[in-house]
Amino acid sequence: MGKLNRDDLDRLESEYQESRQERDYIRVGMSTCGIAAGAEPVYRFLCEEIRRRALDVEVRRSGCLGMCHAEPLVEVSVAGAPRSLYGEVGLDAARRILDQHVEKGLVLAGMLASQDGLLAPPEETVPRIGRQLRIVLRNCGIIDPTKIEEYIARGGYQGLKRALFELGPESVIEEMRTAGLRGRGGAGYPAWLKWKLTRDAEGAEKYMICNGDEGDPGAYMDRSVLEGDPHSVIEGMLIGALAIGASQCYFYIRAEYPLAVDRIETAIKQARRMGLVGKNILGSNFSCEMEVRLGAGAFVCGEETALIASLEGRRGTPRPRPPYPAQYGLWQMPSNINNVETLANVGPLIARGGKWFASIGTESSKGTKVFAVTGKVRHSGLVEIPMGTTIREIVMDICGGAEGGKHIKAVQTGGPSGGVIPEELFDTPVSYESLQELGSIMGSGGLIVMDEDDCMVDIAGFYLGFCVEESCGKCAPCRIGGKQVKMLLDKISARRATAKDVTELRRICHAMQKASLCGLGQTAPNPVLSTLRYFENEYEALLQ
Amino acid sequence: MTNPNGYESLPNAIINGASGPTVSCRINGSEVELPDGTTILDAARLLRLEIPTLCKHADLDPTAACGLCIVKVEGTHKMPRACCTPVEEGMEITTHNAEIMDVRRTVVELILSKHPTDCLTCGRNQNCELQTVASDFGIRQAVMPNIAHDLDRDSSSQALTLDPARCITCGRCVHICQDIQNVHALCFLDRGYGTRIAPAGVSLGESPCVRCGQCSAHCPTGAIFEFDETRDVWEYLMTPEYHAVVQIAPSVRVAIGEAFGLAPGTNLTGKLYAVLRRLGFDAVFDTNFGADVTILEEASEFIQRFLHGRGELPLITSCCPSWVDFMEKFHGDMIDHFSTCKSPHEIVGVLTKTYYADKMGIDPSRIRCVSVMPCTAKKWEIKRHESMSASGFQDVDVSITTRELARMIKQAGISFLDLEEEECDPVLGDYTGAGTIFGVTGGVMEAALRTAADLITGETMEQLEYNTVRGLDGVKEAGVEIAGRQVRVAVAHGLGHVETVLNRIREAREAGDEPPYHFVEVMACPGGCVGGGGQPYGVTNEVRMARARGLYSDDARRTVRKSHENPHVQMLYKDFLKEPLSAKAHQLLHTRYQARLTYTR
Repeated sequence: MGKLNRDDLDRLESEYQESRQERDYIRVGMSTCGIAAGAEPVYRFLCEEIRRRALDVEVRRSGCLGMCHAEPLVEVSVAGAPRSLYGEVGLDAARRILDQHVEKGLVLAGMLASQDGLLAPPEETVPRIGRQLRIVLRNCGIIDPTKIEEYIARGGYQGLKRALFELGPESVIEEMRTAGLRGRGGAGYPAWLKWKLTRDAEGAEKYMICNGDEGDPGAYMDRSVLEGDPHSVIEGMLIGALAIGASQCYFYIRAEYPLAVDRIETAIKQARRMGLVGKNILGSNFSCEMEVRLGAGAFVCGEETALIASLEGRRGTPRPRPPYPAQYGLWQMPSNINNVETLANVGPLIARGGKWFASIGTESSKGTKVFAVTGKVRHSGLVEIPMGTTIREIVMDICGGAEGGKHIKAVQTGGPSGGVIPEELFDTPVSYESLQELGSIMGSGGLIVMDEDDCMVDIAGFYLGFCVEESCGKCAPCRIGGKQVKMLLDKISARRATAKDVTELRRICHAMQKASLCGLGQTAPNPVLSTLRYFENEYEALLQ
Repeated sequence: MTNPNGYESLPNAIINGASGPTVSCRINGSEVELPDGTTILDAARLLRLEIPTLCKHADLDPTAACGLCIVKVEGTHKMPRACCTPVEEGMEITTHNAEIMDVRRTVVELILSKHPTDCLTCGRNQNCELQTVASDFGIRQAVMPNIAHDLDRDSSSQALTLDPARCITCGRCVHICQDIQNVHALCFLDRGYGTRIAPAGVSLGESPCVRCGQCSAHCPTGAIFEFDETRDVWEYLMTPEYHAVVQIAPSVRVAIGEAFGLAPGTNLTGKLYAVLRRLGFDAVFDTNFGADVTILEEASEFIQRFLHGRGELPLITSCCPSWVDFMEKFHGDMIDHFSTCKSPHEIVGVLTKTYYADKMGIDPSRIRCVSVMPCTAKKWEIKRHESMSASGFQDVDVSITTRELARMIKQAGISFLDLEEEECDPVLGDYTGAGTIFGVTGGVMEAALRTAADLITGETMEQLEYNTVRGLDGVKEAGVEIAGRQVRVAVAHGLGHVETVLNRIREAREAGDEPPYHFVEVMACPGGCVGGGGQPYGVTNEVRMARARGLYSDDARRTVRKSHENPHVQMLYKDFLKEPLSAKAHQLLHTRYQARLTYTR
């Protein structure tokens, strides 16, 4: 395959679509979640059996469809039977699928996986699944992430093409502004403004950086996107690089995500081979290189200035802002850092236009948000909903509510920087502002469901413990305050504390919020303060 | 966020009338107009408002670590740090109110809860920034449980003691070591509340540390301090069999007063001679004399290379032991450029145990030679090479810092400042103006030029002062005309500035061009020895300048201002050494170097 120019892309899109439509196939979900649940032996078994039985069926791999509770997932599409999605497929189930469904066309109804009415992965390029709308996860679980052709076949790189040949940098930023896309890493800063500030800053070089240092406990949507649809992030990066005037991109991905790193590296190679990365992209005069850098295992390296320090090979600690990376970033040059999920939105946003994107969501929070729903919930997994969907819809309707008939008490959002939201407030529509008003934050999208058995002091202690472990140690309020707060929480849990200790707890939390240098320390007390806000009775019950 | 060129603190820039755009803002209700880029901390200082901080140092970029200097800015719920937040147009800043004070107090308590409580046995007792802040905040009770780590001390460098348990991780030492000195011996290890300062994986003695002691001079607490050797000195003084001899370095005289409440730059030479005798030294010498000898040797070396082509150009000075260590570790290819002449205190040391011992008929094995230096690296230098025992004994037995001498004087209970001034013992004590300016950056160069000009021309030149090599610019370059020839010189101070000069030399060497300089002076510490790592605490550029002025006025006051005109130096050569670079001079006054390229950056 040679280098593509602007017209090749459309031709290839239809060629690939046609060539794939006719074939029978079996698709196995092979993201980390699927592999952890045992997808690899199932995949190998299916390949061998199909060869042995001499069936004309292609065995394909895909990323994570989001139904992590039902992994390993196997999708079957053969002529004469409805396309079906099977869940929790082991070797025995795989054999039955071959025997019954593939060879005889009989659907095994008892083994089907479903969530929110979904019986098989959808066909549309931006699919609707019940209450879900999938922009970020549009290809996850549907395409083979190791094959660029499959990404192109579903409209991939059309956003880049439009950015290059129709819009140009200024208009790309204008589209982004119209769209109102805000940073999905947690803070919700308008992406267009970040791009514009970097574009307007002076510098001999500029850098586009993808923050793939996802670290919130319970959050894994970025990993799933990198693993399941790497080209969507690459496309976002290229459009961003064009907009800010960068010719070098860096992926900063945590080393604990080896599969994501592998998939991105493969994808970059493919894209380079096809002229989508490198010199004169799609025949234009825009050139852009791309490299992957591994994070060294520190949560704080998700903070922009610490990430830059780490990229430069220094100790990953935050520095004061201003100056912001947009003016003074990587190697002192203007740099723009976007989160994986933010970037995965950019391709379809530019391809379909900012107005389309802005039609989704609420007044201030546009588009969709991916949540990683875990904890005491029936259907844990990834959910992508339009902004404005209520927490109750996510937890009760899409994810099936509590396991085992228990009463759900609260959800925790925003990871260690977030807070808890009690069940009586579940009808709140999700937006950056609404979650903040409740004392939590949107964060990167972790959503942990807690039922009546969970002790809120323990929950606060868990998150504080995480922040104590992950504090970089640079500033005193976070470094020491976190430890002192954790010790107070332990004292309360051990029923050795008095009301005075709770006062002390609040005092130190306040100082941490106000005097910590970076977001990690400033928000570390949030789980404590929000559990105190809604569940003070649980604290009081433990006091002497 | 490094700014290796910027030692100047902002208020200075403002006071000196910085031009350019300004912004106006309100601080505690008062309207002020300030140069664009002024931080809130500096802006407040202009209004005579001190915002507490434990990490910001006037020499350094803000590390923003301690969290004490938080202030309120109208319109944000956050509390930005004053040290690193520039004022903006229309900003309304509150530096002190109930909430701010409450947060600051909590932060102080948090820092104390991670700090040992045994102040009485700390190297910084009564001279500690954390102690001062705790005292100012009136902390009377430890509310939080103490979680200080028990960490081992590291004295392996024999020049500095690292006591990481007392570290508040302000980051000053790491910033100085890495960005200002370019040494990279110290770094942060581990994370969270286990974060500590240390050389990575090795002891300080095995690390690239060049023992300049700038870390200790900038540490706000007792986490890094000089390796205390005052006990040895007391032993020499208390043992009747010993003949205890002492010498003081140029820059000690203009700095030690600060430890007794005097202004920086106050020249206490005469009182120092007096107090050293009161402490019990049998002879009191002056390193300035040694500096004069160094100049004779070094200027002669220079003439050999410059006029007669014997040896590499440029000649590079070698009287700073940290610089020697740095060169051996990182720039071994420069060895042939180095002056082989020993540093002044080593010269006084070796001459004490040979020339002086002969003259006085004292058995040199009974002599104990102590040097009082602004420097922690001198503690290492006295043992760095076998040539440091050229007398047959270790030439200098112990080297203590200005800070250690100040403590000894206090221990002895002597009313130092009330003493009558005295003279030193002249044999190795009388000095010229050229000797005394060794203590400031550019001083060695200036002293050498005074002598070299006379020796080259064979005349007594009128010019004494070479202003182009004075001042605090990191690299100073000048052209000086001697006997119709242009002598190109460069002066660098602060090891971070050295590389620029060395690379220029290397480039010319590789290109086969004429060297860019003929003579180069390097001092490891910013400002030269007046800013040495063993000097009294609280150094800033203003303090360095004041100390330098003290030395320059000592020079200006002297009747003899050229080293080769020092009558006692002339007597030394006539009676003992014969002439500069003689066989005897080589045996006693010169040393050798070896490349120890163990470290890469």
